[in-house]
Amino acid sequence: MIAIVDYGVGNLYSISHSLSFLGIENTVTNDREMLNRADKLILPGVGAFGDAREKLRDSGLDQILIQRAKKGTPLLGICLGMQLLFEKSYEYGEHPGLSLLPGQVCPLKADIPADRKVPQIGWNALRFTGESELLKYVREGDSVYYVHSFYAKNAGCAVKAVSEYGVDVPGLVQQGNVYGAQFHPEKSGPVGLKILRAFGEVAAC
Amino acid sequence: MIAKRIIPCLDVRNGRVVKGVNFEGVQDVADPVDMARYYNETGADELVFYDITASFEGRGLFTDILKRTAAQVFIPLTVGGGINDVSDFERVLSCGADKVSVNSGAIKDPTLIDRAAKRYGDQCVVLSMDVKRVNGSFHIFAKGGREDTGLDALDWARDGQERGAGELVVNSMDTDGVRQGFDLELLSAIAGRVTIPIIASGGAGKKEDFKTLFEAVPQVDAGLAASIFHKKEVPLPELKQYLASQGIPMRILRM
Repeated sequence: MIAIVDYGVGNLYSISHSLSFLGIENTVTNDREMLNRADKLILPGVGAFGDAREKLRDSGLDQILIQRAKKGTPLLGICLGMQLLFEKSYEYGEHPGLSLLPGQVCPLKADIPADRKVPQIGWNALRFTGESELLKYVREGDSVYYVHSFYAKNAGCAVKAVSEYGVDVPGLVQQGNVYGAQFHPEKSGPVGLKILRAFGEVAAC
Repeated sequence: MIAKRIIPCLDVRNGRVVKGVNFEGVQDVADPVDMARYYNETGADELVFYDITASFEGRGLFTDILKRTAAQVFIPLTVGGGINDVSDFERVLSCGADKVSVNSGAIKDPTLIDRAAKRYGDQCVVLSMDVKRVNGSFHIFAKGGREDTGLDALDWARDGQERGAGELVVNSMDTDGVRQGFDLELLSAIAGRVTIPIIASGGAGKKEDFKTLFEAVPQVDAGLAASIFHKKEVPLPELKQYLASQGIPMRILRM
């Protein structure tokens, strides 16, 4: 069973609907017991990093996520949920992340040509830069749906697929059992469903 | 490279899609859930549901449709119509909408944009505007195009962006229904004033109109239309193939 972490941010139900559509058992929850028992975890999120980080900290859910990820439980962060997995974010100030992935979250605006709009909103093609189980049903050039103003930097070989937006934006990242998607797989049509299906098939620890 | 988006708009009244449609054997009116599923499968980049329901009962039907659609459609869903307060945002977001489009409600109280953007993020707030030429300038019309507000469209677009709107739908009342192409003059003028994504609406009659739109005003990110897609006068998959062949960046679904 996949637990979708409910910490008061974002449209959790579209992720849940996508998994249910695929026949993958899931639940949206903030119950510590459930989160400790689930085979896999999904950390969603939209909005501001600082705010989300605070909610995770105040609820104590961050410690569960860190402990379970360190024990090998597959964890997928989506959009802001992915950004939270990194060491640090420079979104309106400086905020520590969960440090489950190497790298920092930085403003797109500073690194892309002035004629590129921020946020990046829309469909962008994936280019593979490494191998990940989550990409096993996806073909290079397939498009996924992005909505974001910040992106991961210095993530090294954790970056498995990028999309070009004036700079190579890490779209899919993975290090061991910790996965992240900057795009929204639950809003990326058939391609996104393939990625969620692959996450459903990752061996639970 | 980010793709240009093609967005079908579904006007829903009392649980059915309004406007003549010729859709998979269904005439005149169609089940919006079926239509949404069809567009999801044939490569629409996003869907807009517009609630033109007046009655309380109609609103209930709309809510039900939205929930059923959101459970089966895995592309971004924008909802508009009758959004007057942050509580209306809450209502449609909890049904599974990803973005909410405001129009008359924001004209009545522009702080609605600020409040919604602060609560749900800029990406969630789409400012939709109905624009018509009046004495040589572009005016904003309210209440479904019935009332000239006297507001200057270019100023309003800019104001909307500054208040936190994440995207702009620009509907030209002068070209809407005429089917002679999008309002390039208006769109260029707006593009000169804002940096947020612009969705062009009103005037599409054939596939070449979309090519002209994206080439003439490169700052436009998306084209929106309703009946030409519903009636398959411009079938959506064909349109996207055509635009891709013309060098316009498109997301093409590969089976």
